[in-house]
Amino acid sequence: MANKRIDEPTGTETMGHEWDGIEELNTPLPGWWLWTFYACIIFAIAYCVVYPSWPGMKEGSHGVFGWTSRGQLAQEMAAAKADRQVTLDAIAATSLEDLPANKDLMAKAVEGGKAAFKVNCVPCHGSGAAGSKGYPNLNDNDWLWGGSLTDIHTTLLHGIRQPGDAATRMSAMPAFGRDGMLQPAAVADVVSYVRSLSGLEPASAASQRGNAVFAANCVACHGPDAKGGRMFGAPNLADKIWLYGSTREDVTETVTNAHAGVMPAWGGRLDPVTIKMLAVYVHSLGGGEKFAQPAPAGAAPAPAGAASGATNGQP
Amino acid sequence: MVNLDPKGQPNAGQPKAAPQGLHEARKAVFPRQIDGKFRRLKWAIMAFCLAVYYITPWLRWHRGPYSPDQAVLIDLAHRRFYMFSIEIWPQEFYFVAGLLIMAGIGLFLITSAVGRAWCGYACPQTVWTDLFQHVDRWIDGDRNAQFRLAKQPWNVEKITKRLSKWTVYLLISFSTGGAWILYFADAPTLFGDFFAGKAASIAYSTVFVLTCTTLWLGAFMREQVCIYMCPWPRVQSAMLDEKSLIVTYKDWRGEPRGKKAAPGAAPLGDCVDCGLCTAVCPTGIDIREGPQLGCITCALCIDACDQVMVKTGRPRGLIDYATLEDAEREKAGQPATAHAKLIWHPRTLVYLGVWSAIGLGLLFMLGTRQHISVAVSKDRNPPYMLLSAGEVRNAYAVRWKNMEGRPRKMELSLDGVPGAKMWAEDMPMASASGKIIRIVPADSTDPVRVYVLAPPTTTGEHKVTFTLRALDADGGSVSYAARFDAPEAQP
Repeated sequence: MANKRIDEPTGTETMGHEWDGIEELNTPLPGWWLWTFYACIIFAIAYCVVYPSWPGMKEGSHGVFGWTSRGQLAQEMAAAKADRQVTLDAIAATSLEDLPANKDLMAKAVEGGKAAFKVNCVPCHGSGAAGSKGYPNLNDNDWLWGGSLTDIHTTLLHGIRQPGDAATRMSAMPAFGRDGMLQPAAVADVVSYVRSLSGLEPASAASQRGNAVFAANCVACHGPDAKGGRMFGAPNLADKIWLYGSTREDVTETVTNAHAGVMPAWGGRLDPVTIKMLAVYVHSLGGGEKFAQPAPAGAAPAPAGAASGATNGQP
Repeated sequence: MVNLDPKGQPNAGQPKAAPQGLHEARKAVFPRQIDGKFRRLKWAIMAFCLAVYYITPWLRWHRGPYSPDQAVLIDLAHRRFYMFSIEIWPQEFYFVAGLLIMAGIGLFLITSAVGRAWCGYACPQTVWTDLFQHVDRWIDGDRNAQFRLAKQPWNVEKITKRLSKWTVYLLISFSTGGAWILYFADAPTLFGDFFAGKAASIAYSTVFVLTCTTLWLGAFMREQVCIYMCPWPRVQSAMLDEKSLIVTYKDWRGEPRGKKAAPGAAPLGDCVDCGLCTAVCPTGIDIREGPQLGCITCALCIDACDQVMVKTGRPRGLIDYATLEDAEREKAGQPATAHAKLIWHPRTLVYLGVWSAIGLGLLFMLGTRQHISVAVSKDRNPPYMLLSAGEVRNAYAVRWKNMEGRPRKMELSLDGVPGAKMWAEDMPMASASGKIIRIVPADSTDPVRVYVLAPPTTTGEHKVTFTLRALDADGGSVSYAARFDAPEAQP
């Protein structure tokens, strides 16, 4: 160590040791580098103290402030929820009838409904709400139980054919064929008649006979002009929309065995604001009916219609 | 760390050279005050540039009740760029891109015509360095006083002067950074809010960062920016040729330099070797060494030398703007070409042509652009919808844009589907007709869901065109191509 000397060509001090004539120059690290390094060490130690970092046999160390990534997530979720809460509160405070007048709030409600729809409704109604066989299309202007905001809201709240919900949408079509109420020939006739109403097949002797069968059995719910009735969720049979298919086989199957689609009562599953937003969203899809509930033609009272249908249908 | 102290300079005169460093330490520059026509031109340009920078945000421009009344405003929050009567929306940002391209080609044009005039007179680094150097002279005194002060120990005088100098530096830097943010919000409001502590945090951090950079570039870096940091001088040195105007020391006239010829020796040139040209140079170079990167062609040495030439009774222009070609000619005894003639050579004209073409193109586009716009996006899920009576319905998200500062009545119509009717989301389907008429709010985009209904017999895919037409006296119409889907035709 005693042989420290200044190296002639470089002007740098040597370390003072020598092996076989090889010496080492003393070129220390720059001060700023060293201090950065020391600062990093201190930071690393502090980090290990503050944050959970040491593994243990059962669980790791907790850090002095008890920070966890799960906790941070919960905090951020709570913050995001608090952010949304203002809008949600405003929607909750606005009645369904008044909502469309508030354009900004309405737009937010539609967006909120869209998100809730994706989570809750898509499995049956499809991501574009276009439905499929047996599951109604929510974009069109054909509604079984009514297409006004309040109608949609009621359907969402209480569901369709949900046991245990007194206000649920309830009706049942008899299984005319299976239960022997109509003979197969009569079923075939009424199928011909129903299909002829929307031009799917031409009028024929069978459809003439079917008219009588229809008048005797179906007008109570579907109405004398077969345009359905929303009171019973009875579909319009004279239009182009067929929930369970329009082929002879499909319609025969429906008349023989009947269908009774169900929808959950979301009132017990989702909070009121979400249901409100869902109603607004479904209403906004293009088929929504006027906000002030109109008097739909299809919901005409049955008795008078039944009478006229009966006279009409007598051979 | 930059050492402003001249004691820190590597002493070239020492016989035993210190180990060579990786970079050259800065040699402090204490340029001397000089007066002359180029100095006065520099003052004028500096005053103009600073005035433009500080006054512009305060100019008002009335645009009606729906738009801000600041003449030049970059409204990032609302995505609008206002410049006097022009309003640019984000999708029209190509106008700004065009301006930037013009600025770039403008630099080429100026370099081609008058050499590094941008560097010497108008570059912010030059303007602000000049300003800071003037503060030095104002507080510390001229060149020699600054030398003395730098060498002298820290006594009361030095501390006082340094403190006041740095206070002025800081004030200049702060107002530089402060004025910047005024371009991005309503200037009077922001000015009040800023000092009341109510401005957005981004305003404070921007001012802080720009204050620091101004201080760093103006007080410490100065000419080093031009010599080491800025790419433009490097690009320029590639652009300069023997036809470019540069500051030239006419060595054939000046050499051999000296104060008094030794008896019996050859007679001396015009250069009296007073060193004034070096003393006034803001980048600390000696122009007599010939053309060099450090010369920003500020021409202060021309002012200095002319003063000396006049005093010593010699003709002016020992140091002067000249091209290398011209210098050769002059050296050979031919008369110099007039400066005005030197500017016009083919390359300058080509740059001028390109620059003007872009400018005229932008002006043409600005004059003919539409102030309304429409964008249509079709719903793809479901692609079409059959309604109860068998009609086919498609839905579209239509964005009605009104780029003027007043509400406008507009009409949307559709071509391409026979018998099609349309209605907007907030209208009943019963009101569907061939067109939709709405009032679009001022200066905004109105997103409206539009339903188009085609008769039951419609089949297949249709190409359709939406047309948006303004119904007021100014008119204008724009179109957007989209498609309409219907079920496949049944065989």
